[in-house]
Amino acid sequence: MVEKEIDWAAIASHPKFVELHQAKMRFLVGLWVFGATSYFLLLVGAISFPDLFNARIMGRLNFGYLFCLFQFVLAWAIAIIYTRKSNREFDPLTTELVEMILKEECQ
Amino acid sequence: MRYLFLPLLMVLIFGTSALAADVSAQAAPGGPNAVAAAAAKAPPGLAASPQAPAAAAAKAQAPAPAPGGKKMQTNRTFTISMFLLIIAATAGIVVWASKSTTTASDYYAAGGGISGIQNGWAIAGDFLSAATFLGITGLMSLFGPDGFMYSVGIIISFLTILLIIAEPCRNAGKYTLGDILAFRSSSRVVRAVAALSAVVVSIFYLLGQMVGAGKLMQLLLGIPYKVSIIGVGALIIVYVALGGMKATTWVQIIKAALLMFTGVVLSVGILWKSGFSLFAFFDSVATSPQIQDHVRGVMKHPVAQPGFDYGQRFLELGLFFKNPLDQVSLGLAWILGAAGLPHVMMRFFTVPNAKEARKSVVASMFLIGLFLIMVSFLGFGAALYVTPQKIMALDKGGNMAGLMIAQYIGGGAGTVTGDLLLAFVCAVAFATILAVVSGLVLASSAAIAHDLYVNVIKKGKADQGTQIKVARVASFFVGAIAIVLGIACENLNIAQLVGLALAVVASANFPVLIFALFWKRFNSAGIIAGLVVGTVVTIGILMVSPNMTYPKKVAADAQKVVLALEKKQSEAGGLSAVELKTLEKAKSDYVLNKEGTSLVGLDAPLFPLKNPGILSVPIGFFVTIAATFLFRNRREEEMFEELFVRQTTGYGMAKAAKH
Repeated sequence: MVEKEIDWAAIASHPKFVELHQAKMRFLVGLWVFGATSYFLLLVGAISFPDLFNARIMGRLNFGYLFCLFQFVLAWAIAIIYTRKSNREFDPLTTELVEMILKEECQ
Repeated sequence: MRYLFLPLLMVLIFGTSALAADVSAQAAPGGPNAVAAAAAKAPPGLAASPQAPAAAAAKAQAPAPAPGGKKMQTNRTFTISMFLLIIAATAGIVVWASKSTTTASDYYAAGGGISGIQNGWAIAGDFLSAATFLGITGLMSLFGPDGFMYSVGIIISFLTILLIIAEPCRNAGKYTLGDILAFRSSSRVVRAVAALSAVVVSIFYLLGQMVGAGKLMQLLLGIPYKVSIIGVGALIIVYVALGGMKATTWVQIIKAALLMFTGVVLSVGILWKSGFSLFAFFDSVATSPQIQDHVRGVMKHPVAQPGFDYGQRFLELGLFFKNPLDQVSLGLAWILGAAGLPHVMMRFFTVPNAKEARKSVVASMFLIGLFLIMVSFLGFGAALYVTPQKIMALDKGGNMAGLMIAQYIGGGAGTVTGDLLLAFVCAVAFATILAVVSGLVLASSAAIAHDLYVNVIKKGKADQGTQIKVARVASFFVGAIAIVLGIACENLNIAQLVGLALAVVASANFPVLIFALFWKRFNSAGIIAGLVVGTVVTIGILMVSPNMTYPKKVAADAQKVVLALEKKQSEAGGLSAVELKTLEKAKSDYVLNKEGTSLVGLDAPLFPLKNPGILSVPIGFFVTIAATFLFRNRREEEMFEELFVRQTTGYGMAKAAKH
């Protein structure tokens, strides 16, 4: 393979690339912050708000225990959402964009 | 050859000095005391989750644990044959893998030929250590769903790995963390510091597992502690040195599958006992008189308060954790720390591309999540069917709960099926330890051989043969060090080291890694300052935290026991033999400890929390940022665009591999 000098700066500063990257980061960080916040709510709430967390919801099961279970469901949901979004949107767009920018460079 | 000694020496000095400090921490006050003894009694190394079982053990220290004698009733023939079966199977994998390990890429990253799903199983294997299985089951069997919060920490830590770490690391790295950090900088100091950091973190983590393995073998097979450690260590050296990443991965996959199978069998067994009705199951947990009695003891209510539902309390949170700040601290260690563990990061280099890396994280999230939910059934099931009293009689920290419930589900001690199931679960726990330690030894040896030897000493110029040879020698030495330290640390509160590893990663490695991937201004100064200061500060805070032994506190507790027993003696006109022994012990503890101070000369902890995260993480970030601004480096800023485009797009990866 011939080593072609790639102008990384040209890709990095291309407005479309910047735009796509920002959209992706907003999406990722948003999901992360959401997940992290709910986790810390559980950690703190379990001790600070016993009335809410000990409220019985189903039979013997209380809010705190169900909240723990919900964290698993949430983590799985985030994993699925992210995978779908990446496979359908981010990955193809990124590849397309880089190819396009490199072509522009060559001309 | 002489170059080999430099990294080795550095590791030895770094590793042993950190540990020597801790050893003297426990030894200084003048002999073992109740807390240390209780904590050491529980195989705390089983705790990959920071501090769980050790804390449980420390909590349950009140009367000094009954000396020895109590052992799990096992069928040695079954257990030993199961262990041999596991060893034979894993050894077979190693021999098979060693045949196709000819290049450095084969050795460190299995040639990038692991599929996403396979890697997902292997990552699950890395996270589901014996601690998760035995430690969390034990914690839940004694303290209810608080143990479940550890599980939540594990699954949530995957959000960081999935969303922020996995794909960029796959795109930008090659074999180690050092590759990513040194991408922009040609500084050999950066490489060296990154390598040392990886080795220190892995050794902390590894020690917990090693000591856990030793204790487990001692308890189950009656093999002396030292012999177990040497045996386990020798096995792992052979596995890692010969088989490299490919063998380690397959051992992880098989062990994860065994663990999942165990989880399914045991949870179905438990549900079957309660007629497959979850509500009936939880109802019987809450109405069990033994559990109610146990909760009353935990809450220190000498007499039952009328109208208080102790059984329901067992199903509520907050029986074990009391301090919200400590919780946040622990949460920080998990959510930031797990993502930067060197042996976990290494896993992303075994898959061909970022898409597979993503797939592997998602697969592992489902596997780990399912397993953790099953573990919660095991915990409740153990509390219900084995009872907390019997679990604590065998081990104060509850680490044997998972094994006891297996024996119960199989039909109880002495029955063929009960013993067989117990032997099987023991062997699976053993396989788990082998696999996790292999991963850790591989990560350390990669840091030494690839970062220190090839890139620092040889400046990146070493042929494949030499690279593999060095890596094998390095894994031999890391394994040897693990054996030596494992024996030296038999009586240490090891879970502390595992918690420490996570806290160090969260405060030092994580900020550095994030900035290296996403911040243009970031530079070598930031990397070095972040790694060094973050690590030192975290260890420093731990030194003045309640995790250390404070002799004056021990003396005060001993004095309370003395007073209570003497009062009883004068009132009842005598004490039983056991009580007299306790009195003797408390008196001598008091005398030994009343003048002492902690390792750093303190009477009481300066830092109130067990987990340093809430303070050390912000300090780590701050120092990293400050150093970056202080020592600006234009050249490294210019290099950022290449790294940035590569890590986001995966473009130019072929070139990256030759980097």
